[in-house]
Amino acid sequence: MIEFTIDGVGVEGEEGSNVLPVALENGFEIPHLCYHDEVSPYGACRLCLVEVERGGRRRMTASCTYPVQEGIQVFTDTEKVRKARRMIIELLLARCPDRETLQELASQMGIEKPRFELREEECILCGLCERVCREVVGANAISFFSRGHKREMGPPFRDPKVCIACGACVYVCPVDCIKMEETKEERTIVRWERTLPMKKCKTCGQSFAPWFQLEYIKEKVKLPKDFLDVCPDCRG
Amino acid sequence: MTGCHGFCERGPLLVINPQKLFYQKVQVEDVPEVLSETIEKGNVIDRLLYVNPVTGEKIVHEDEVPFYKLQERIIFGKNGSIDPTSIEDYIAIGGYKALVKALFNMSPEEIIESVKRSGLRGRGGGGFPTGLKWESCRKAPGEPRYVICNADEGDPGAYMDRSLLEGNPHSVLEGMLIGAYAIGSNQGHVFVRKEYPLAVQNLRIALQQAEEYGLLGEGILGTGFDFSVRINRGGGAFVCGESSALMASLEGQPGEPRPKHIHTVISGLHDKPTNLNNVETWANVPVIIDKGDQWYAQLGTEGSKGTKIFSLVGKVNNTGLVEVPMGITLREIVYDIGGGIPGGKKFKAVQTGGPSGGCIPESLLDIPVDFDRLTEVGSMMGSGGMIVMDEGNCMVDVAKYFINFLRDESCGKCTSCREGTQRMYEILNDITEGKGKRGDVELLEELGWVVAEASLCALGGTAPNPVLSTIQYFRDEYEAHIEEKQCPAGVCKALIQYTIDSELCTACGRCRKACPSDAISGAKKVPHKIDQEKCVKCGMCVESCKFDAVKVQ
Amino acid sequence: MELREVDQVLKEYGYEESAILPILQDIQDRDRYLAKEVCEHIAEKLSIPVTRVYRLATFYRAFSLTPRGRHLVSCCMGTACHVRGAPRVLDKLEMDLSIEPGGTTKDLMFSLESVNCLGACATGPLVVIDGHYYGHMSSIKIDSVLKEYKKPPKGEKDEGKTKKSGKSRKTEAKASKRKGPQ
Repeated sequence: MIEFTIDGVGVEGEEGSNVLPVALENGFEIPHLCYHDEVSPYGACRLCLVEVERGGRRRMTASCTYPVQEGIQVFTDTEKVRKARRMIIELLLARCPDRETLQELASQMGIEKPRFELREEECILCGLCERVCREVVGANAISFFSRGHKREMGPPFRDPKVCIACGACVYVCPVDCIKMEETKEERTIVRWERTLPMKKCKTCGQSFAPWFQLEYIKEKVKLPKDFLDVCPDCRG
Repeated sequence: MTGCHGFCERGPLLVINPQKLFYQKVQVEDVPEVLSETIEKGNVIDRLLYVNPVTGEKIVHEDEVPFYKLQERIIFGKNGSIDPTSIEDYIAIGGYKALVKALFNMSPEEIIESVKRSGLRGRGGGGFPTGLKWESCRKAPGEPRYVICNADEGDPGAYMDRSLLEGNPHSVLEGMLIGAYAIGSNQGHVFVRKEYPLAVQNLRIALQQAEEYGLLGEGILGTGFDFSVRINRGGGAFVCGESSALMASLEGQPGEPRPKHIHTVISGLHDKPTNLNNVETWANVPVIIDKGDQWYAQLGTEGSKGTKIFSLVGKVNNTGLVEVPMGITLREIVYDIGGGIPGGKKFKAVQTGGPSGGCIPESLLDIPVDFDRLTEVGSMMGSGGMIVMDEGNCMVDVAKYFINFLRDESCGKCTSCREGTQRMYEILNDITEGKGKRGDVELLEELGWVVAEASLCALGGTAPNPVLSTIQYFRDEYEAHIEEKQCPAGVCKALIQYTIDSELCTACGRCRKACPSDAISGAKKVPHKIDQEKCVKCGMCVESCKFDAVKVQ
Repeated sequence: MELREVDQVLKEYGYEESAILPILQDIQDRDRYLAKEVCEHIAEKLSIPVTRVYRLATFYRAFSLTPRGRHLVSCCMGTACHVRGAPRVLDKLEMDLSIEPGGTTKDLMFSLESVNCLGACATGPLVVIDGHYYGHMSSIKIDSVLKEYKKPPKGEKDEGKTKKSGKSRKTEAKASKRKGPQ
């Protein structure tokens, strides 16, 4: 175990882990948007900034990608950190003014209205959906594209044909901008414009998942051909 | 045929040896005369000589041209005496001598010590001590080790690396060979901008020749040292000049910088120890080994040794590449070597360090050029672009230019950099369009702080410099735009008006024909007029007028 | 490019996925763009997701996903060119071709791009058309430069080439006259 301090309190973290999860486990509050413990850290939103002092040098860094090291001192709530986080939220809110998560964070930090011209984006480009799709689901249906101020997230060539409509991206999105609509017949991931027919359970007749997703899982996990013909409830 | 001599403003250049006769602006039509008069009879052709703009005196020999006089061309000078596609030429001027010395008379540790003693610091912009970097890489655990030559010269306005690779590729290769031997690497990469096709071509030829001569490949010069080099072309992304982004690109990934809490000398390309240096740094190595570190260290200042090549461009009489000892003042470069500002205009600023650097005003022209001093005044050495600006350049426009560049070239990952540079651009754009508000300058400063502090890589970390340095030294120009809705330099379209001085107008009609929006009226012998309603402020009238009658207000 | 020619390129690089960038560069050089089918084919053959190819193709400026015009007009927007009036040159090019940087004319004759620096800073403002360098440009010189390329592409190979270089010499000569020694 690696020993270091956060805001003067001694903590321990496993070698190879990063500062943010250790801080959260120990009850420190650090706001974050692009971090999720099921996928690799990326360091895009910059909201989890902290100050780290190491070898006499103090600098600001994103805690989600900063590896724990013996003897470092982490400061989560300094004037500098607060000032930077406030501006990050102000920038994100100006980009996506109607996202509730951002509105709440902004009001906690005392921001009434961003000083910049408001845009009508919904996505904050944190990349969580892409990491879940690639690392957990393995479908690789979406990714970042372009760069700089033109960066976007979506399926390649805006063609969602490998999306299995599993909905993992919907679940993980921190600002709730990926919506899913479901009827008895089909499921739609609205943001990627992907609609897939639902499969009906052979036993009870209820639709339970998009057939494309089930085919994908069968192939990935090498399940017997008829394994996913019945819904989990009827499978017992 | 040789590589670039550096005095680009006066090209095409011709130097006739051994007399060192210097002809400038030579045209195809002049060649027969040069052959019959100068080569055969030894006569000097007067009209092709360079005229000293200050004294009006004609100059016959290359080394008497003031442009060259103050220079110390230890790296770049060889460009002028060899055919870059001939390894024999390079060897004839002492090329690969340093490699032989390194391989047969020095241990890797001795080489590293020598480079450390020389005081060489990275020429790509960071200024990290080269010897220390090599040492860390040599000591890092793991095989294989890689050496990389960064030739992704992305700073707009800088082209010395291009010129070195085009004009003397073997010097860069020799440096890499010595470095690879010292570090213990068998595999090198040269990452070249795709915009430099001739550099790629000449480098390819050089690699092939070196291989034929047993200077590359297995068992170099009969020793047990193996080394091969691959060329990779860049994809057109400024951010790939950042080392971790460059390595990502070499691995076939988008050029997104990675956190470098573990340095790339320990875990770089393919997570292996990797030593990356810039073209000019590599080219310095053979000189240090050949002439000795003591000789090298006597050039320059306390903290910055050796020479630096700058591309001196913009509003300066003698544009071109100049190699000067560290410690020379900016004034000497701009006025003595550069010959001052053209057209009798007034100097305003010199921009160094590209988009990561800043604009340095007249009052600081006497500072010596070295890594630390340039950083202290809010700019940086950078890779060596030096762009001179005169009173006709608007500093708010220049700041907007750089931030526009950076919002495009940011990879877009960090919120602070992506959104921050975009918002800084919007504010600057508003200011140049006369929509600036009180408080904008302060907001720019606040944003600049966050972009620099909160972003991951050096692109974001230095992105605000062009804006912050112009605010620091030219705040009055910002205020004129915001408070008085005026652009003092007459650049920002929304804040200027073109008018025709009826005294000077000869009614020649050129501007009327050139105007794309039919905004100019007039007839023969009747001075012309511009209809402000129709004028789109494209400036075509100014450029078409031979009598300087179109004025900017 | 036919898919079997794409296979040829892939073969040259030993179907190595880390060589994806040089592979795309070679195809871009030949076709002047990357077609969707080509990208999908490459992904399949290298066993990598299409997302990776698409991400690279949109990240790096060297690639285009739409067909480019017969003539590529690059206007250098480097700092040295900028301070000597490059924005006015670009404005004029946009006006003349009725496209923005990154765009291609409807007749597929011209593509316009702004580039960050071509490293010929001493001769700025600089415009490069199909690899021919036009230095010391100004907005009033654009018309005559573009005119050469606007001609119908008859007997393209010989005629086109000689004319272009002829023009380039002329512009150079003019430029040097204007900036000649005082």
